[in-house]
Parts: sequence; C-alpha cells; structure tokens
Amino acid sequence: MSALRRHIHPGWALVAPFLLLVAALYLGPILNILWLSVTDPEPGLGNYQKLFESDSLLRIFWTTIRICLITTVGSVFLGYSIAYAMVHCHEKQKSYMLTLLLVSFWISILVRTFSWLMLLGHRGLVNNALEGMGVIAEPIAFMRNELGVLIGMIHYMIPYAVLPLLVNMQSLDMRVMNASRNLGATGSQTFWRIYLPLTTPGIVASSLLIFILSLGFYVTPAVLGGGKVLMIAEYISVQLLVTLKWGTAAMLAGLMLFGVLAMLYIMSRFMKLSTVFGGSS
Amino acid sequence: MKTGLFSHFNRAGAWVLLMFLVTPALIAIPVSLTPKRFLSMPKGELSLRHFEKLFSSPEWMSSFFQSAVIGVSTALLATALGTLCAIGLWRVSSKYSEVVRAFLLLPLIIPQIISAMAFYRLWIPMGIIDSYIGLILAHTILATPMVLITVSASLANFDPKLEQASKNLGASNWTTMRRVILPSVKPGVFAGALFAFILSWDEIVVTLFISKFSVYTLPRRMWNGIRENTDPTVAAAAVVLIAITILAFAFSAYMSRRNASKDTA
Repeated sequence: MSALRRHIHPGWALVAPFLLLVAALYLGPILNILWLSVTDPEPGLGNYQKLFESDSLLRIFWTTIRICLITTVGSVFLGYSIAYAMVHCHEKQKSYMLTLLLVSFWISILVRTFSWLMLLGHRGLVNNALEGMGVIAEPIAFMRNELGVLIGMIHYMIPYAVLPLLVNMQSLDMRVMNASRNLGATGSQTFWRIYLPLTTPGIVASSLLIFILSLGFYVTPAVLGGGKVLMIAEYISVQLLVTLKWGTAAMLAGLMLFGVLAMLYIMSRFMKLSTVFGGSS
Repeated sequence: MKTGLFSHFNRAGAWVLLMFLVTPALIAIPVSLTPKRFLSMPKGELSLRHFEKLFSSPEWMSSFFQSAVIGVSTALLATALGTLCAIGLWRVSSKYSEVVRAFLLLPLIIPQIISAMAFYRLWIPMGIIDSYIGLILAHTILATPMVLITVSASLANFDPKLEQASKNLGASNWTTMRRVILPSVKPGVFAGALFAFILSWDEIVVTLFISKFSVYTLPRRMWNGIRENTDPTVAAAAVVLIAITILAFAFSAYMSRRNASKDTA
C-alpha cells in the first residue's frame, strides 16, 4: 500500500470521480457503438461497404462535407475580419465589439434557429421586405435548401471562429509589421506577406474547430433544411429513432468520430489545444 | 500597423457583421407581441396575450420548472466534480495528467449527436431513460469539462508557493484546500457553474434522444413548437430565454469586473 502510494500522486484521488464517470458512462457506450458498427446486423465490414454501395448514403456524406467546408471557409473569413478589426481599434470600441460577440455566442441555438425560420420563410420577413421594396417579384427560396442551412450555420459559427483568431492576433509582435513598413513595404504587402502568414496558426485552429463543430451539427440543418438537406447527424437520428438501424448509424458515428479525432490531432500540431478552449497552461 | 482605407473599411464591415450576429435573434421580440393567433409581425396594435398564454400554460410552466431543476442540479454536480478534477490535475502536473486532461475534455468536443447515441445506448439498459436522473447525469458529463477549463484557468494564475506556505504554517490538506486554494479559484468556479447551467438549460440534441414524455424540458418544448411553426407562444418563450441570457451575461460580466477590481485593489 505504501509502495503504491509513493508511485501514485494523491492528486489523482480528486481526479478519480469524474474520470471514472466519463470512462464508465461515456467512453464505455462509445466503444460499444464502434463495436456495433462492425457487428450489427452481422459481423464484418458490411456497414462500411454500404457507404460505397448506397447512393443515398454517399449523397448524405458529400452533402455534409460540402456544407461543412463552405461553412468553415465562410465563417473563418468573416471571423478574420471581425478579429482583425477588434485587435486594431481602441480599447473601448474593442470591449463593445466583444460584448456583441459574446451576447450572440450566448443566445440559445433554438432561439436563433427560430428567428431564422421567421426571417427566411417563403412568406418570411426578408421576402416580404424585398417584395415591398420591389427588388424581387417572386419570393426567394431561402429555406428547405442548402442556402438556408448555410446562413444559419455560418451565423452560429462566426463567434467560434473569432475567438481562436483573436488569441493568435493578440500574441503577435506588432514591431515586425512596423519593421516591414519602415523597410518600404506597402500596407497591403505587409498584410499579405507578413501579417497573414503569422496568423496561419489561428486560421488553421479556427478552421478545424469550425469544421469539427459543423460535422455533427443537428439543430440548424434539421430545421432550416426542412427535410430537404439531409446531413449525417440528422440521418443518424432518423436511423436510431425511426428505423432502429443501429448498424448504419454506428458506422456513420464511427466515421465522424475518427474524423473529429484526426482533426484534433492535426490541430494540436498547430496550436496548444488548451488555448483554443480557453484553458490553462 | 496600417490605418489606411482598408482598415477603416474592414472596421465598418466588422460592425455590420456583429450587428448581423445579434439582430436576427431579436426578431422574436416584435413577433411575440403580435395580437394574431399565428406567427406574424404586429401591425399597429401590440398585445401581451402570448405571454399571458405562456405563463398560464401548465405545460410550458412545468417545462420551465423541469429545466430549472435539471440545470441547477447539473451545475452543482458539474461544479463539484470539475473543481476537484481541476485541482487534482493541477497538483499532479505530469505528462500523464495532461493526457488525462485532454481525455476529459472530449465530451465537449465530440459531436453531440455521438454523445446522444452513447447515452441513449446505455440509458436504456440502465433504466434511466426519460428520467430526471438520466438527464442530469448526461448533462453533468457534458458540462463538467467547462468547469474543468474555467477552474484550470484560475489555477494557472495561482502561486503554488501559497499552498506550500499554508502547509508550512501547519494547516492540514483539507484546511489548505478550503481556506487557500478554493478562495483563490472562486472566479473560475463561479464562471464554470454558470456555463454548466447554461449548457444544460439550452441542451437539445442529447435531450431529444433521452427524454420522451415524463421529462419535457424547455428546449424540448421549444423544439416541438419550432417544428410545428404556427404558435406565437414559442416567440414569447424565445423572448423569455433571450432575457434570461442577457441577465446571466450581465451578471457574469459584473462578477468578473468585481473580481478584477478586487485584484487591483
């Protein structure tokens, strides 16, 4: 016992309750799901084979990837603009911007999706306003298609894109940029050749973060897609709750899980993960 | 750097974007005041009938109550587990503890749909599906990593010599924990508790899988309302949620400002 105590730090006793909880009630069933993906309904790689044989599965897979990519590019681009403006303005203006950003970050996803529903519907406010102004003759279809899903998702993801970029931009040594200007580079040369490369870690980190979050996104695609835009997460829920096919759902969950873990691994090469999640050390 | 035309242009763009982030959610406010029976913008007169309906509806009220119970229980449990865990990892501080920390943050980053599957899979044989205990346990596992992050951030600023000093002065482990470590990580603990509550209060994906009839949280009821998309009571509920969010935000901003001024004083 004393030998054991010498090897095991007493701090682990404080970690143990949550560690055991996660191992038993979270990791356990996830491993079980991975196991199901190669055993249900029959042992083998049949579930994974379906991905290549079934047209509908393949389409859902590509829809998901496409929407995630566009969301990532869109929200990181817009987030970069916000983060850049925040770093390069007065302290007071910056705190106002941060407040707006955090308020939108905190407003419930359901409330935001509901608002988009009212704004973007066939007889929604945007269409009514545009028609009233005489800009369009027929209502634009914003919903039940990828456009609506993309608007909702990018809107949701922008705050997530800003935060890692902000951390990165704040850590830059502005003297480097001044040196570039003093050596005769123009403003845009300095931006493209010095500033942008220096913010690559932030761009990579926020892109991967957004991609990971979009991959499993459920609420917005389900509501704004209106059953027309099927992404993996919604498909999984249909498989489980309606058709009760654990095998296919488990296979898709397995793919998603490996994708997420692989991206986390790449992300950890570019940036300390704890800084992305606002943690310590 | 350059304060040229581009910078000004970009700053204006950033303000427009930030407005784009906040304003769409506010559309629920006028819609909730419509006098009509269906979702519409009010024209001329305003009415509070949908708020009246919301607050006199036993279904909505029971959902508010259930969400509050689950949120508070989750916040308490997650704060206790997460604080202990953060202090433990901070004291161990080895390469193993960093691996364990990364592992324990996984519930936060693994897509919620996978978490939902996992809980659904296990909660059925455990017989805790569609029960308070099932939801509280699931939300606690998802929310504790938040507390772990905020408390760890507080601990990063804590001087370990203070712990040594306390022990050298004869305090026991327990006294040191209670009188030295916990008071100095208090901001992180409070922030973590608040985040944990919000996470649970707002959680829909896992809740959709593991609740059916007997537990019907507020997001669950909103989800149904959104899918039916006719009843303006949902808009009234959305306004209440926005108000609560802004209150919680103001409270946390106030707390962090108070803590900051205490540090400088």
